[in-house]
Formats: sequence, C-alpha cells, structure tokens
Amino acid sequence: MDMRQVYNDALVELAADNKDICILEADLMGASGTKGFKAAYPDRTVNVGVAEANMVGIASGLSATGKIPFAATFGCFASRRVYDQFYLSANYARLNVKLVGTDPGVTAQFNGGTHMPFEDAGLMRNVPQLTIVEPSDEISLRKLLRVIAEYPKSVYIRLHRKGGWQYYDESENFELGKGKLVREGKDITLVSLGLVMLQQALEAADLLAADGIEAEVIDALSLKPLDRELIASSLKKTGLAISCENHNIYNGLGSAVAEVIAEEAIPCRLSRIGSQDEFGQVGLLDGLLEAYGMTAKHIADAASKLIGK
Amino acid sequence: MDQSTRNELERKARLVRRMTLETIANLGIGHIGGSLSIVELLIVLYYKQMNIDPKNPRMEQRDWFVLSKGHAGPALYSVLADRGFFHPDWLKTLNQVGTNLPSHADRNRTPGIDMTTGSLGQGLSAAIGIALGLRMEGKESFIFACIGDGESQEGQIWEAAMAAPHFKLGRLIAFTDFNKMQIDGMTADIMGLEDIAAKWSAFNWHVQRIDGHDVGAIDQAIEAAKLVEDRPSMIIMDTVKGKGAAFAENNLANHNMPIDRETADAAIRALEEQESN
Repeated sequence: MDMRQVYNDALVELAADNKDICILEADLMGASGTKGFKAAYPDRTVNVGVAEANMVGIASGLSATGKIPFAATFGCFASRRVYDQFYLSANYARLNVKLVGTDPGVTAQFNGGTHMPFEDAGLMRNVPQLTIVEPSDEISLRKLLRVIAEYPKSVYIRLHRKGGWQYYDESENFELGKGKLVREGKDITLVSLGLVMLQQALEAADLLAADGIEAEVIDALSLKPLDRELIASSLKKTGLAISCENHNIYNGLGSAVAEVIAEEAIPCRLSRIGSQDEFGQVGLLDGLLEAYGMTAKHIADAASKLIGK
Repeated sequence: MDQSTRNELERKARLVRRMTLETIANLGIGHIGGSLSIVELLIVLYYKQMNIDPKNPRMEQRDWFVLSKGHAGPALYSVLADRGFFHPDWLKTLNQVGTNLPSHADRNRTPGIDMTTGSLGQGLSAAIGIALGLRMEGKESFIFACIGDGESQEGQIWEAAMAAPHFKLGRLIAFTDFNKMQIDGMTADIMGLEDIAAKWSAFNWHVQRIDGHDVGAIDQAIEAAKLVEDRPSMIIMDTVKGKGAAFAENNLANHNMPIDRETADAAIRALEEQESN
C-alpha cells in the first residue's frame, strides 16, 4: 500500500477515537493522500491553498485550542519555506504541531532539485527539543503515527509518500527515540534512516555476506532524539560504521552518528552515505540513488573499504 | 458610550501609559512607540469588551487576544498587571534573565497571553487557527488580533488575509495599529500601505477605519464588528506612534528607544497632571 495511503488511513483511524485530530494541507491533498480523511472528517480538514507559512501558523493556533494538527506538504516546503513559522509559532510557543515533510530526498524524483529535500532534517535538528521521525515501512509508519498523536509536543515526520513496503511484523512496537536492530553482525554497523535507505542497507548486508562480512543493520527511525544507546553498543562491538541517509551527509544522520562516536569516545571509523553536499536533480529513483552514491553497492563498497578488503 | 465609562477608560489609558513608561524606564530601553500607540485598544478590550477572568487566564469560554505585533508586550503587561493577572511588581522584571515578561509576548511565561509572537507576520495566522479550533468545538468566543502597519508588509499577513474570509471567520476581529511609522522611517516612504482599507476590503473583510485613540470609537467599531457573522472584521486604527509621551510622539527614533529617568519622570508627570484637569 502507498505510504501516503497508510498515512491517511492511520489518521482516519486515530481521528475516530480522538476528536482533536485534524489535518492541514496546502494544495497537496492528493499528493499527501488525505482525500479520504477529508471525506470522513470535512470539518477537521483545513486546506489553505498554496500558503505553507499560513498553514503552519494556523496549525499552531489550532494547537493552542487543544487540537492535534497534522500539517503536510513536500519536505522542501515543510522545512525551508516554513522554518520560522514552525520554529516560533509552533515550537518556541511550545505548541503541538505535527509537521509532515513528504518526498524525502531522492524520492522527489521528477520534481527535481527545486523540490528534493536533502536539508530538511538538518534544519529541523536545530529546533530545540523537536522530535524528528522517519518511518521506514508501512507498519512503522502506522504505529508511530499513533505514538506521535499521543505525544504532547511537536514532531517533524519525514514521510515517504509513493509506493509501499511492509518490512516489520504487525506485532512490532515502536517508541519515539528508539531505533531497531534489524540484522545482527559483528564486522561493521550500517545505520540507516528511512524506507529507501533501509532497503539499500539490507541489500548491502546481503552483498557483504557473500564476501564473508557480517554487517549489523540498525533502522534509526528517530533522528532526534537518536537511539544513542542502541547505536553506541553496536559501534563498540563492530568499531566500523556507515551512516545511510537520503539526505545531505551534513547535519543529518551521519553527523548525529559522528556525535555519538566522539562523545561516547568509541574507537570507530565512520563513512557517510548520502548526498555529498550536492543539490538535488531530476530523475527516477534508481538513477538518483546511483547519481548520489546511495545504492546498496555503494554502501557495500564503502564497507569493504573501511574493513580494508 | 456614556460619559462616565469614557472617563473611566481614558483614566485607565493614562494609568497604563504611566505604567508602561515606568516599566521601560526601569530597564532604560524598550519598544515605547508601538506600545503607546495601542493603549486605547488594549483598554477597550481588557476593561470593557473581552470575556476574561484574571484568576483563570485559560478559562474555557474566554475571548482570546493575539498580539501579533509582539514587541508591544510592555503595554499589554501593564494592562494585565492592572487587571490582576499577575502582581504589578512583575513589571520591574521586564527583560531580566528568567523573567515572565520578555520583550515579545509569550504564552508560556505570562498569565493572560494567548499566543507567543515576535517574528512579525505570524500572529494573524495563529488567530485564524484559534478561531477554527474554537469553531470546531462549537464555542462562541471572540478572537481579537492586533497587527502592526510595518508588520503588514510581511507576505504571511496577506496569506492570512486571504484565508480568514474564505473560512468565514465571523468571530475573528482584527486591528491594524496604523501609526504610520516603522523602524527605518515613515511607512509611506519605506513601503507604502495605502489604500489600506481598500486592500482589506478587496480581501473580503468587513472594514472600518477609526481614530485609534478614541475609546468610544474603538468600542463602537467592535460592537459593529461583532454583528458581522459571515466574515472577519478588520478595524484600521489611525494612531500616533508614541502617543501620550511628548518625547516620543512622532519621533522616528521611538520604535525601540533608550529612555532616561528624567525623561520618563517628565512624561509620567505630564500624564498625572491630566488627571487633575
């Protein structure tokens, strides 16, 4: 199922039990997949037109009255365009706005460099006390949305929009600030964030296994707070790490993992997979992953290099 | 408005001006001009129009006020202190580390402040969200919001201007403090706003333009705005930046100006002398 469909269905389900759940859109309701929510709850749907700053301001006002607004737009607009509104009206005001940035990184595809958010998570990491989540499959998205709705503070959600993937079992549970150890290994740790990179990291682990290298794979899920304990314990074991993010290597997952290594004084070398400080461009997913060096093969090659094979 | 009500509100306006000058003088610098230009509006709202309870600042059925031009905090703090939301001694702590009265309005620090503001252009959007949220709950509260004239140069103001009538927010009543001055000079020279009434009318607001220092006119305009149920109201108040303090009135430096004890005392004395007249 399309991840955006999961987003819509989860909110419809949550809204049935909680009258305060409402959504905001800025003329991208079709893209966000929330037409179903609007059909079910027209009075709790606010479409502001192409006016993202106003959307986030209105969401903040809704929160001041006790509502729990989920406001969605493309990740480039949800970060760059509304940074001051989200920073001040929502976060500095200690209000509860769930801001959803869709089409993370290369998944923006044909929308290209103008719409390809390699910087959104990095910007958001500098908003004090803000929680940043990037679900990696349909189950983690659906279950984390419930946790996020119950959490009384603002959250930034990087939402993979088109296409679906079920990786986790229905029985899996998720918490904010907690990652998942999804594959055990002893030679190197692949720390991944988001759907696309978890797929690539798992495939890279298979490639490495063929060479006799046992890679451990962590699905970070939460960029902030990062699951420091889980990541540190793995890095202490393997001593080698590769961060895999659909984002600039600056200020996102790679930087966060480097902070863990330095501050926990872990003897560990790190290689960062992601946009190497490049702007976005148009293309299809596979071609873009190739262009930015973010494929499973790139990850496996980086691992082999770190290991010295 | 009967004469005794007018007299009482005008007396309160002079009191709040003195308190505001005293608060800022105590610190030595502050947003004097834009604080003094909205005093009469705050007086009419907080002493006559708004349904509020100083002992229960977040009362369910209250009316809300968003000070979008958040730098006028000191005037609002004086009003809130006089109305009993907190002890007037707090006014001495303006802008001290750890204070509950920062330069710009903060909903988490100050009892009676409904929305955090300070980055210009954002408060009107928040007021729309508050109006939508209260409507979803079936509440009949009024939502008041005050924006500045310089602030009206922000694009987000016009995003909000477009949205509020679209959402038919009849309980949203906004004010523009049109004091004609901004930090770098006269608004007409920096980035002109006229015909400001025509602009809001074109965005489908119910528009009135009044003397923003006439408590009777403000009260009457609010009463008229309350009768308009199908769209929001914009009350454009022609005001004087720094009103009521001779050293500040029409002084282009009055946006965020230093004030020494002597100047403050003279201005406060002049206001006191009006009491006995």
